[in-house]
Amino acid sequence: MNFSVGLSTYLLVGAMLFCLGLYGLFAKKNVVAILMSIELMLNAVNLNFVAFNRFLATDRLIGNVAALFVIVLAAAEVAVGLALVIAIYRSRQTTNVDEFNWLKW
Amino acid sequence: MQTFNFLAITPEIAVAALTLILLAMGLLIPDGARKGMMPLTVFGLLGILGYTVYDFFFGKMGPAFQGMYFHDAFADFFKMLFLVAALLVVLSSGEYVQKFPAYRGDFYALLVAAILGMMLMAGAADLLTFYVGLELMTITFYILVGYMPHDGRSSEAGIKYLVLGAASSAILLYGISFIYGLTGSTQLYQVAMGLGSKVNPPVILATVFVLAGFGFKISLVPFHMWAPDIYEGAPTPVTAFLAVASKAAAFAALIRVYLVTLENQSFAQTGIALLLILASLTMIIGNLVAIPQKNIKRLLAFSSVAQAGYLMVGVIAESVPGVKGVLFYAMIYVFANMGAFAVATYIGQAQGSDEIRDYAGLARRSPLAAAVMTASVLSLAGIPPLAGFVGKFYLFSAVMDTGYQAIAYIGFVMSMVSVYYYLSIVKVMYLGEGEGLPDIPVRGAAKFAMVFAMLITLFVGIYPSPLAQMAMAAANSLLQ
Repeated sequence: MNFSVGLSTYLLVGAMLFCLGLYGLFAKKNVVAILMSIELMLNAVNLNFVAFNRFLATDRLIGNVAALFVIVLAAAEVAVGLALVIAIYRSRQTTNVDEFNWLKW
Repeated sequence: MQTFNFLAITPEIAVAALTLILLAMGLLIPDGARKGMMPLTVFGLLGILGYTVYDFFFGKMGPAFQGMYFHDAFADFFKMLFLVAALLVVLSSGEYVQKFPAYRGDFYALLVAAILGMMLMAGAADLLTFYVGLELMTITFYILVGYMPHDGRSSEAGIKYLVLGAASSAILLYGISFIYGLTGSTQLYQVAMGLGSKVNPPVILATVFVLAGFGFKISLVPFHMWAPDIYEGAPTPVTAFLAVASKAAAFAALIRVYLVTLENQSFAQTGIALLLILASLTMIIGNLVAIPQKNIKRLLAFSSVAQAGYLMVGVIAESVPGVKGVLFYAMIYVFANMGAFAVATYIGQAQGSDEIRDYAGLARRSPLAAAVMTASVLSLAGIPPLAGFVGKFYLFSAVMDTGYQAIAYIGFVMSMVSVYYYLSIVKVMYLGEGEGLPDIPVRGAAKFAMVFAMLITLFVGIYPSPLAQMAMAAANSLLQ
């Protein structure tokens, strides 16, 4: 059986990762898990960028560069996010988002 | 050998230098001697503002860095807007910042770093440049919103903003990755050429994802749910800056991305239907939900959601008068909103409460603050002769000319609805008793910021043509 991995396979995996991240964003109760879900979404984006660069625009490296930028900025985002989690854990002794309800939605 | 025209990004370089200087000073100077940081920030920002105004009128314009960055009147107009907003925030929050714990010396440095991100967004000609600017701005804002670690409400607002902001960035990026896949480029004009005129599912997907990401940043309904919580929990000066400058920056980038890629029909056809619905919903829901609010910061949050709807009307017009309307309205919105927030900051830290009922009798206890608040909210409501009236006139007449009458009517009706809740604040201040609440004399830089914001609001309302001409020049530079 002839099986080849093409662009659509990568895009499909990317879309699945993105949807998993989006699901985790809404379903998870622990704020650290939510941050991990967001990382999944960003990794789906990276996969898309790199796959598009590999299959469609091989002469220039914009897609690979974009993926690197996204990785760096996602790291910065998570660093700030974890600092905020620690700040809120100190005052409430919990990381459950259901208990972050001092400000009403 | 490539040459780089660094002159084109002089304000950005100056702002970056100011950030680093303030950061170093905050670390080096002993705790007691940090009072000098506010004047340094003010004079630094004034100098950069002066250069930007000069650049706006006499500078040599053109794309820089191989078309990665625009240096035009449109970007300069927004840079002036960010700097003015930051100046008013810094001036009106001096006493508020003094109350922060002594070891926190980085407030002004973070504020200035956020300006740098906004400037990059306003000038970005490449989706990647735009994204870096956006993240610089929002990551700084995550820190600023959760700036008070011992106040649980501030941390909670910070973490909510971070989760929702990061998720919306991911959605925006997913859209950008598809735009890159469709066109092989992230440079705006190449994207516009590459997309072609066919409407197909990937284009619709990319359009919807990108507009959803932008919608979050400018708090369009249904992406507005974060706004009231974050506005309430954040330190009030940060709320002011978030409401005014970050929204204007997102609008700058949205206008550029949307109108530049408009040349091809595929992006616009999906976009316009979506934006018409979202802008109408934003005006309706923002204004109606503002009515029952009891907290001044939550009320101003919903009011700013509604104002985003009015600004969106100008973007939908897709014409030079429409963009001019957006620029004009965004600038006067800075002064009106900063006036209101300067009063909210000052009264909030003097009374320790942001509830509207605690503004009772403010006209007797603090006549200046009550007058500034009144002028600001009436300008936001669009009552002549204040500046907000002229701005709304430009926006709605532009969209009528393009042929979307229905949305202009929704805007008119909702402006009238907004008068109700704006006047309810005025009623509490002027007719309330305010027994037992303290007298609050307004002093120092906060007084200057309030009076300045009120005078500009009055002056532009009576004599709008200088600002209108500047907005016109900026709009022309974008849509050549």
